[in-house]
Amino acid sequence: MNDFNRNRFVEFGLRFYILLSFAFVFAPIAASFVFSFNSDRFPSIPLGSFSTEWYVAVASDPLVWAGLRNTLFVGLIVAVVSTAIGFGAAYTDFRYRFFGKTAYLALALLPPTIPVVILGLAMLAFLSRINLSGQSISVIIAHIVICSPFAMAITRLRLSQMDPDLEAAAWNLGASEWAAMRYVIIPFAAPAIFGALFITMAVSFDEFAVAWFVSGLNETLPVKVLGFLQGQVSPRINVIGTFVFVISMTLVIFAQLLLTGRAKDAPAASND
Amino acid sequence: MRRSVSLYGLTFSLPMLLWQLFFFVAPLVFLIALSFWTVRNFKMEADFNTINWVTMYGRSVFWQSYGLTLALATAAAAITSVLAFPCSYAIAFKLSPRMRQWAIFLMVIPFFTSYLVRVYSWQIFLSDNGIINGLFASIGMGPFPLLNTVFATMIGYLTLSFPLVVLLQLFSLIFIDRTLIEAAHNLRCGRIRTVFAVVIPSARVGLVIAALFCFILSFGDFVSPVYLGGGDPTTLSILITDTTKSGQQWPRAAVIALTMIGTLLAVAFAAVGFAYKGRTK
Repeated sequence: MNDFNRNRFVEFGLRFYILLSFAFVFAPIAASFVFSFNSDRFPSIPLGSFSTEWYVAVASDPLVWAGLRNTLFVGLIVAVVSTAIGFGAAYTDFRYRFFGKTAYLALALLPPTIPVVILGLAMLAFLSRINLSGQSISVIIAHIVICSPFAMAITRLRLSQMDPDLEAAAWNLGASEWAAMRYVIIPFAAPAIFGALFITMAVSFDEFAVAWFVSGLNETLPVKVLGFLQGQVSPRINVIGTFVFVISMTLVIFAQLLLTGRAKDAPAASND
Repeated sequence: MRRSVSLYGLTFSLPMLLWQLFFFVAPLVFLIALSFWTVRNFKMEADFNTINWVTMYGRSVFWQSYGLTLALATAAAAITSVLAFPCSYAIAFKLSPRMRQWAIFLMVIPFFTSYLVRVYSWQIFLSDNGIINGLFASIGMGPFPLLNTVFATMIGYLTLSFPLVVLLQLFSLIFIDRTLIEAAHNLRCGRIRTVFAVVIPSARVGLVIAALFCFILSFGDFVSPVYLGGGDPTTLSILITDTTKSGQQWPRAAVIALTMIGTLLAVAFAAVGFAYKGRTK
């Protein structure tokens, strides 16, 4: 666009505004990283000396390890189940046309739009009626509700790039529906399936509100952080935050590599 | 296509349906029933009694929080939209496609960092001897009380929804027909006027949806009002967590939750109606 009212100052101002926005978004993340290595108990400027004492304190806290074990346990199961459920829903959307499909899709995608306090209360009340509250299984159930829409959305995006005739071609060549699923659909959707596994795990790692409502004594790590927040100022939050950030980012980058890296050889992916 | 109902098809379609009906729809429906239950001697009893509705709706505290929450969420939606727009506009129109990819990637990162940790981190910035007041002190000013104010709550809401609002605005801005903007420029329409007369109307759906999401997120958030706003005045979400966690007043908490869902549905329908108003498709 070579328009007449292009102005260098406005251009510069807008680019600078982008930088400011990112500064705002990343300031808390960076501060948490910096202060996790700060020796002072009460964070202030100027910084104290470099120290890993808070890492040592966190690492030697058995409650944190229990929380981490819970988080990993919950996260793994949630990732596998919600990816399977999400894949099924996305495939249903890809393949079938039926009465009430809009309602079906709404049900598949709606849960993340309900505020977590409401979902948390509803889950707590309902699950305690059927004696499933206050356990790890309660967090798993609730997180699958929240995570499967993400898995569904990711898989759906991938399937929308697929030629529907591929599956029909497999049937015509004598493949059963199950064989076509095994040798055509799943290989094609594989990057999205792995991407969904990582993303849903990352979402489950960070979710604290619903987990706080339903977990009882089996707290996950983010719920522990909420407990720390209620207690007092503690640099341990920064340590756990930095740790969770590194884990989540690793998962997200894996997902990103799988989703974009394989997308380039999309036509080839269907015949391997 | 083959037969539409088969064991094969149901294997893939049913799990989601059953799971969400049983663990998503059922709990929400149960909330309605729960709001008519009664609590006696700290035990809940199945009942059909409107006492919870009458009690909650009869309290001025409830209506104060309701008004406050509504005002805060509306302000958050407006402020976030206004602050995010120049950013998404610049990313959409002033960056090369490669840089835009990077900007989008960077905006996605915050979704995978703990919101709690970011809020705690803002406490470090905003507290009386925190980073910002430390900077003020170095030039001989302050300290200004920043924490436990509405300002701090707003910072929290911005932290929660700014990246999402930028991304949603961005996706609607990217798909604007560039020739429209060039046409406006060729007709000697000024820069600001082009933004208001061409860009914003073309991207209206995305902008409204972005504001709506910001409203929903802020309306239901209890972390920022508590840990940045100091928990006073009380928002509806704080009221729910307090009512649930201290004592067995779940039926009353259900009344608050249902009122919130009703409000959100009304706002969502109004916003979507406004977004698509006058559209032929």
